[in-house]
Parts: sequence; structure tokens; C-alpha cells
Amino acid sequence: MGRPIIEVSNLSKLYHLGAIGATSLREELSRYWDRARGRHRPDGKDFWALRDVSFSAQPGEVIGVIGSNGAGKSTLLKILSRITEPTSGRAIMRGRIASLLEVGTGFHPELTGRENIFLNGAILGMTRAEVRRKFDEIVAFAEVDSFIDTPVKHYSSGMYVRLAFAVAAHLEPEILVVDEVLAVGDAQFQKKCIGKMRDFASERGRTILFVSHNLGAVIALCQKAIYLSHGRMLKYGPVSDVVSEYAQQMDVLTGVRNLASDEVRRRGNGAARFTAARLADLKGSQISAAVQGRPFRVELDLAVRESIPLAILSITLIDPWNNDLFTTMHYDSLNVSRLEAGKYAFAVDFDPNFLARGNFGVRLACFGPNFLEYDHIHNAFTLLVSASAEDNDFIRPRPGTVRLPLAWSMRQER
Amino acid sequence: MNKTTESAPETVIEATHGLRFIQWRELHAYRDLLWLLVWRDIASRYKQTVLGLLWFVIQPVFTTIVFMVIFSRVARIPTNGVPSSLFYLCGLLPWNYFAQTFQSTSSSLTSNAGIFGKVYFPRLIVPFSSVISNLMPLAIQIGTFLVFYTVEKLGPRSGSFGMAPSAAFLPLVFVQVGLLSLGTGLWIAALTAKFRDFGILAGFALQLWMYVTPVVYPLSRVPSRWYWVAAVNPMTFPQEATKMMLLGAGTPTMGLFSLSAAMTLVILAGGILVFQRVEKTFVDVI
Repeated sequence: MGRPIIEVSNLSKLYHLGAIGATSLREELSRYWDRARGRHRPDGKDFWALRDVSFSAQPGEVIGVIGSNGAGKSTLLKILSRITEPTSGRAIMRGRIASLLEVGTGFHPELTGRENIFLNGAILGMTRAEVRRKFDEIVAFAEVDSFIDTPVKHYSSGMYVRLAFAVAAHLEPEILVVDEVLAVGDAQFQKKCIGKMRDFASERGRTILFVSHNLGAVIALCQKAIYLSHGRMLKYGPVSDVVSEYAQQMDVLTGVRNLASDEVRRRGNGAARFTAARLADLKGSQISAAVQGRPFRVELDLAVRESIPLAILSITLIDPWNNDLFTTMHYDSLNVSRLEAGKYAFAVDFDPNFLARGNFGVRLACFGPNFLEYDHIHNAFTLLVSASAEDNDFIRPRPGTVRLPLAWSMRQER
Repeated sequence: MNKTTESAPETVIEATHGLRFIQWRELHAYRDLLWLLVWRDIASRYKQTVLGLLWFVIQPVFTTIVFMVIFSRVARIPTNGVPSSLFYLCGLLPWNYFAQTFQSTSSSLTSNAGIFGKVYFPRLIVPFSSVISNLMPLAIQIGTFLVFYTVEKLGPRSGSFGMAPSAAFLPLVFVQVGLLSLGTGLWIAALTAKFRDFGILAGFALQLWMYVTPVVYPLSRVPSRWYWVAAVNPMTFPQEATKMMLLGAGTPTMGLFSLSAAMTLVILAGGILVFQRVEKTFVDVI
């Protein structure tokens, strides 16, 4: 490996809470006045949006940046795209950088599509000659050929976004820094953009830094990932490792979950106990996340102490608002009403998988007659359903927690 | 977005301490953007309005008419023997260029906060482009002036005024005005980013500034005990120089020039320094 194309060391950014926002002269003067008279006024707290973040990247790598809101993802991108300065630390970028934190930055509504392509291109760092060379390609990519000399204020929002993205997609930097700006435009166009980004990295050996909340997109696009939490970098490495670390922090089931440990909070008399949960595909191979639209299997290990009558063995999925989404019971397809002492493995195929992407809480229950609780775990784990790159919902989630493959038909009324 | 030259594409991002002067190499790399912004300014201005470029004729002509009524007819302030319409139109040439450029450069940080928060390019490009794009209204205004000049030359008072050979140096005067408005504008832009009060103050100060500058009255009428006010005002020299060059009716002196040029350079250099100091973390305090 040669010299890294991105070298970040101990990057930190301090914000003064309470001092954010332009102050009025009066406030500032009264602050000076108070200070001069020895009275200290609390100036708000200091807050490290980013603290000692270090990593390096080789040419051709696609690196995802994940973490929950306020973890410092956008601060990192803003510093690396030179929008704001770090408080300490440094980053060395060996190549032309393009950052895409928004599409259509600097678009002027009165100007035509053609004029805006040149303007936006220049704002993003292209020379006029470069834009001219790629002009036809950009117009074709945006699919706005016949409107190219119309002021963009007359564009539909879809056309506007396509044009804006097309300009950005034709930048040719060595380093591309992308925020979740892709969450725009129609599904077809999003797929085209994803394809463009993939080509960008794989064929041309360019480096991409990609921030996303969408773990599916990160897994699909990136080889490596950075996990930020409260401004600190918790993990940096191969994407699967980092995503599973992140998932673990978020209590997501990735692969196997040991339910026998004392840390699991449960109710019940313990005559039967869940000992493990596993996530697998329908062939039984362990997987790290369920993918929207693809069937998956949840396997449950149950240890039974003595011979017991079994009334209900159930899995309840809970939506993000803490409502029960649905419950599946063993007797829907399994004719078992007594368990002898021993170890059992149950498997539930979620086929078809109609869960929309997102996080679902999972409650496990094992009951005897008259709701006698053998084992009841309210928060057994979180089931993460991610979108796939082939999916039309890859970038823009569709509203709702379930996603049913319903048939549409159409006829034209005369 | 950052672009360095092809030969050394290495960017070091770290906290800068102290003062930075202009990064010429980087500005050069973004020269296309400078011209596109100039062109955007001009194009959007005439596309957005019904009368378009005609506004640049109407505005100074109407201002001149108002001045003629108030200062010439009512207040009876003399105009050095020159027809008052020409006197005011001529005085408005450097003043309007100054005021318009000052207004756009002083708001360049706050009014472009949206763009600056999303993409990097040398921030100075924006105020620079205002200095250049405001040359277009100036050119139209000079054209308007020349029309009135020709008409008056055909009239009975044609002997009372005339262009001096030094008019060839007029562009240099406007270069100075451009740099001065850039310098003052950068100061206000930097201060406004920190304290919004300065935005309001600037508009108010600009109005007052016009009255201490010999726009509607000749410098020769300034009482000698107030002459120092005119002398320390860096806009006095361009004002008098323009009137002398175009009408033969101004009294610029070498002393005025030296003081005005020195102040322009000091204000400009200081403006660039404070602007660059504020711009680097400006998006954090929007």
C-alpha cells in the first residue's frame, strides 16, 4: 500500500453552546461589563462535536460513516470539506476533494439549466473547460434535454434535483465526500446515482467518504466504516465489523444472541428458558441483518427443565413507537402441546418478509396453560431490517413499518 | 470543494492561528467561478426585473432630479458654475459605484451563508465578484452622463464646463473607489457575521457618509475649519477627481490623493485580514 490518500489525526472540534449564533453587540458588551466587574456569567457549556478522531484511507476505498444523530458525522464532513476549521488536529488530503453535502448549491432560479450547470460546476470546483467537456453527458444523465434553455424556476422538483445531482455526479475528484444528499429524486434516478458512485470508486480508484443513517446503503457501498458516538470514533475497520459493533451498541441481533446470560431481564418460573436467538437465511446460514423483501429465519433455542405442557411459544415484533406490530405463535403451524426435559431449537421463517426497513423490538414468550409464565423476555433483541441496493427504497424509505407486495392495476377511463 | 494545482494536490486541514493574507494560488484556481459569479449577478439582475438594465439609467436620473429640486432650487447650494444636472450626475458616478459595491460586499457573508455552509471555495471570490459586477451599472451610468453632457454642450451654458485631458485617468479613480468599497465592505461583512448590529449600522452610516462627501456640494464650499473632515474622508478625493476630469469643476489636490490612497490601502488590507479571520469558522455562528 502506498501513502494514504486521506490521513486524519486527532481531529477535534469544540463548539461553545450558548455562544452559537451571532450575538448582538449589547449582549457582548454586557458580558464584557460583567467580566470587568469580576462577575462570572455562565457562558454556556463547551461541547466537543468531534474528539480525537484519527483514521486513514487508501485510494479506491469507500468508507461509510455511521452513528446516531449528534454523533459528529456531519461535523467530520464539514471539516474535511473545509467548510469549517477544526479546533485541533489535522487532516491531510492528497488529491482534489469534492464535497457533496447538498445538491444544487448555488442554483439560481432565474438562470437556465445550461447556465446553472456552469455555475454549479464552478462552485463545486470544476473549471469552465471541464464543464464544457462533460456538458452533454450531464444533460443526458439528468434527462432534461428539452428544457436545458428554460430557467430552472420552471422545472419540476424532480427535474431540478436530477439536474443538480447530474452536475455533482460528473465531478472527477480523487476524494469525494458525500452526505445523505442522495435522499432525493425518484427511485429510478437514485439507483442511477448509486451506480455512478460505485463506478466512481471501483473503476477509477477514487476514494469516497459516505455518511448515512441507512446501514443497508453503507453495507452495500462501503468496504470500511467509521463508527462515531458522541464525537469520538468508537471503531474503524471492515464494514461488517463496524456495522455489527454499531448494531450491538444499538442492541441489534446480528448473528447469534446469547439469552442465557444473567444480564437478560426476564420474567417467568424458568421451567423453560430461551437460551439463544440466531438470525439466518432460509438455508440456515447465519446472517448479520435482515434485508427488506428477502425472507429470513429466526432460530430460538429453548432449554426445558422438566416435562411441561406448552400453550404458547411466541415472538412479538414491536414497532419503533413501542406498539405491538404482530405476534406469531408456534401453534400457527406446529402441533406441539407438551415438551419433555431437554434442549429444543425452533425456527420461524419470515417468508414472505413484509417488514419495511427499520428497527423492530422483539419480545419472546413461552407460556403454559392459564398464562403460566415459563419465560418472558420483553426486550430480547432488536431486529434490524435494512434495504438492499437493488431495492427501490434503497435511499428514500417509504412510510410505514410494513411493506406488502400488493398488486396494482390500471385502466384508462374513456 | 477544494482544488489545488495539479502538481501538488495536497491539502492540509488544521486550525490556522494568526492572520492569513490572500491565497493567490487558490484564488487563481477558482478564477472561472469569479467570472461566473460576476455574470450571475448581472444576468439575474436584469432577468428578475421588468425594466431590467433600464433601472441603472432611471435611478441616477431620478436622484439627480430630486437633488436639483432640493439642493439646487430650495437650498440654493452652488455647483461651481456647472449645470446642476451634470454636477449631480457626475458626483453620483463614484458615489453610486461605491455605495452599491459596499452594500453587496458587506452582506457577502450573511447573504451567502447557505452556500458557504455546504461547499468550500475561497470566500473572497464573492466580494471580489461584486466589485467587478457593479462596474456594469457604472458603465451604464457613465453612458447616461455622456448623453446629458452632450445635450448641455449644445445648450447656452456650454462654456461653463468641459472635460479635462486628465479624464484618461478616470478608470484609475474607479479602481480606487472599487478597492475602497471592497475594503470597507469586508470590514462590515466580518463584523456583521459576529454582531448583527453592524448590518443596520452600515446602512445608516452609508447615508450619512454621502453627506460628508462632496457629492451634492463642491469641496470649495466646505468651510476651512471643516476641511479636515473632508480630507480624512477617503471618498473626497475620487469625488473631486471625477468632477475635475469630467467637468473641469473639482479641486483634487496631491495631499488629498495621498491621504485617500493610503487610507484605501490600509482599510483594504485590514478588511482582507479580518474577513479571512472570520470566514474560517463563520458557518459555526450563523
